[in-house]
Amino acid sequence: MSPIRRFLRTPEAVAGAILLAALIAMALIAPLLFPGDPQAIAGPALLPPFQDWSLPLGTDRLGRDVLAELFHGARTSLAVGLAAAAAALAIGSVVGTLAGFAGGVVDEVLMRITDAFQTVPSFLLALAFVSVVGPSLGIVVIAIALGTWPGPARIARAEVLSIRERDYVASARAIGMHPLEIAFREVLPNALPPGLAMSSVIVAAAILTEAALSFLGLGDPNRVTWGGMIAEGRAVLRTAPFLSIIPGIALVLTVLGVYLAGEGIVETTAVRRGLS
Amino acid sequence: MSLLAVSSLTKRYRRGGKTVIAVDDVSFHIEPGETLALAGPSGSGKSTIARLVLRLIEPDAGAIEFESDDFLALRGATLRARRARLQMVFQDPLAAFNPRATVARVLEDPLRIHGIASRTERPRRIAALLERVGLAADLAPRAIHEISGGQRQRVAIARAIATRPSLIVLDEAVSALDVSVRGQILDLLLDLQRKERIAYLFISHDLGVVRAVAHRVILLDAGRIAESGDARAVIDAPQSAIGKALVAAAPRLKGTTQDAS
Ligand SMILES: Nc1ncnc2c1ncn2[C@@H]1O[C@H](COP(=O)(O)OP(=O)(O)O)[C@@H](O)[C@H]1O
Ligand SMILES: [Mg+2]
Repeated sequence: MSPIRRFLRTPEAVAGAILLAALIAMALIAPLLFPGDPQAIAGPALLPPFQDWSLPLGTDRLGRDVLAELFHGARTSLAVGLAAAAAALAIGSVVGTLAGFAGGVVDEVLMRITDAFQTVPSFLLALAFVSVVGPSLGIVVIAIALGTWPGPARIARAEVLSIRERDYVASARAIGMHPLEIAFREVLPNALPPGLAMSSVIVAAAILTEAALSFLGLGDPNRVTWGGMIAEGRAVLRTAPFLSIIPGIALVLTVLGVYLAGEGIVETTAVRRGLS
Repeated sequence: MSLLAVSSLTKRYRRGGKTVIAVDDVSFHIEPGETLALAGPSGSGKSTIARLVLRLIEPDAGAIEFESDDFLALRGATLRARRARLQMVFQDPLAAFNPRATVARVLEDPLRIHGIASRTERPRRIAALLERVGLAADLAPRAIHEISGGQRQRVAIARAIATRPSLIVLDEAVSALDVSVRGQILDLLLDLQRKERIAYLFISHDLGVVRAVAHRVILLDAGRIAESGDARAVIDAPQSAIGKALVAAAPRLKGTTQDAS
């Protein structure tokens, strides 16, 4: 059976893929469906959902269209989640490969630095970084990656330690290849899969961290974010709970979708690898 | 002057508090165009000697002179450049290549690293190398895992001769191959030696093969040289205990010996 068919036969994976597809679709069509500034005033304040079909999910305290904000928030969540996860995997793979391949003092130093980053709770690290440098989308991405890269670094290092003993690495040395080329061209690509298998968890965690930063007012102020929407709705939690509940549900479904789809891909491809 | 002169080479491994002497005071030399075989039971130190000679690992004591230079003194870029002259072929032709590589990439690396052919010349050089080892040039774009074991070992030999080395270390290079393929690969090696005067350090536990291809043989036992000399003389009439045991354990040998005498 092909991995795709096996994936399609796993209900959780399919559910995850549908959620993820919906999120991506929302992110892509947001500017088409809701052109213009989603933070502009669109109607009366605090309109409840399902009352006015031109504003299906109602409006917030300032009269902004909740549905438009939700769609544009999907863009931010997805962009930050993917960019932060990619940055964390890239930093982690490079550090882990250098440590595992070089060994000795280089390994010692790099792994101490990795320990240090891993000891500090990653959310605190992100919080501190954004507080000092100031909130913008790029800074938020870096802040999240800073706390996330040690995991992929450890995984890459463990993989490199086993790969570097293989004959093909000895062959590369024997033909006179430069050690850096061996590390990054011969070893690193083969050390990537276990880290990539973790990427759905990393993306999901990054989306949550971004939401938490935005909730605390440390997100990019020029963008709509789900975390920011929840924080905004908190002021009127008793009178208009939907303002917090709607972005909250979106967040939960997104994280669930990313996680389930990612796990589905890993499971189905891992089974295939086991069979061949 | 010998091509390769190894003297008093020693390598110890520490494992769980115990010290294993993998190579113990081993000395030998190889002349240009000569095949020296290293034979001995599993664990006798053959692969360790191969890795020491190739500077893949460092010895605890001893000296290696290669092409009249102190080979152990070379470092960094100088060592990498000199590696062109000393190549290697491993036992498992699948493990010896990057699992993502294509045939072309495997052969391109040595040409690029040692500046042997410009980027535009390389495809032609790769085709010539493939033909030299008896493979079709259109094998170049194929992935390493797609071709057969015999083809892979030919690619490994093509990679080894790409830099025009004077010595190739063959660590059990034919042991994993089918008997018929083994014969073809041995013929290819002998042909290369005749035409290009390449010397071989030929490692094998199969005395039948050793007798057929080697000029001289060294029998190893637990890291030490037990016996050495002319390959036929040693194998036909071993003096050491390990030599007698190895000959007794090689069933195909009886036939070869009788044919020769
Ligand atoms: N990396 C290593 N660490 C510890 N012991 C080793 C290592 N490599 C080889 N040895 C030991 O050295 C001895 C010789 O091994 P090797 O050279 O591989 O023998 P052969 O190739 O003749 O089978 C064996 O006892 C082996 O266990
Ligand atoms: Mg061996």
